[in-house]
Amino acid sequence: MDWFMIIKAFIIGGIICIIGQILIDKTKLTPARILVIYVTLGTILGGLGIYEYLIDFAGCGATVPLTGFGNLLAKGAISEVNSNGFIGAFTGGIKSAAGGIASAIFFGYIASLISKPKIKKQ
Amino acid sequence: MKPIQSNEDYQKYVDEKTPNSPILKNCFNAFWVGGLICAIGQIIFEYCQIRGIDETNSYTIVSMLLIFTSAFLTTLNIFNKIGKFAGAGSLIPITGFANSIVSPAMEYKSEGYVLGVGAKMFTVAGPVLVYGISTSIIVGLIYILFNTQNLILV
Repeated sequence: MDWFMIIKAFIIGGIICIIGQILIDKTKLTPARILVIYVTLGTILGGLGIYEYLIDFAGCGATVPLTGFGNLLAKGAISEVNSNGFIGAFTGGIKSAAGGIASAIFFGYIASLISKPKIKKQ
Repeated sequence: MKPIQSNEDYQKYVDEKTPNSPILKNCFNAFWVGGLICAIGQIIFEYCQIRGIDETNSYTIVSMLLIFTSAFLTTLNIFNKIGKFAGAGSLIPITGFANSIVSPAMEYKSEGYVLGVGAKMFTVAGPVLVYGISTSIIVGLIYILFNTQNLILV
């Protein structure tokens, strides 16, 4: 097991979260907007090929934050364009992120089935 | 206490009374919780590598396991407590994305399974997917325009 890599993942992932926390505390952006900003930024950085360096350096420290999800979308679009041409720009993004999106929807639905609807105490 | 006469006095009074936004403490909590989630992801990733799973699939397995854990903890109402404590530390990793799907799904269950659970699931995740996917398509289209060397136009 590569402990050095785990420490790097911890530090880079933590720093990405600190940036988000500063955005929450210092600006009036809602969490939803911050998530959208992160995904869009990750997609752009992934499209430019910059995000790849961060993943090489920090592994899951770069892929687990939502910017990594954006990077996955961009990478998928580019690799699918390389193998399938024009149509790849439309199919590639979701294809590569399918595991994450599908599991989030599925587990979300299951969770709502087994949970009791709670009445907010206020 | 002396009476408040001017606007400056009032401002001073307000500043004294409002608690300082504990941004340093928030950042520290966000750092270690966010870092810990990423480190757990990296441990899962290393384990997948040892089992001989290729890199792309390993990253997908990491995302899926973290999403599952997040959904599970949200159901038990634990994730909301972590979220209050850690702020962006649990929001920015993929766990926050999962939580943003699961928690409205649970909350709107009483409105029915189609328009309650099915529709409200995407109140936060919807915009994320819309902007993420749209940007990725634009990235793909720009890539077509500027890297035409090994392109097969159908």
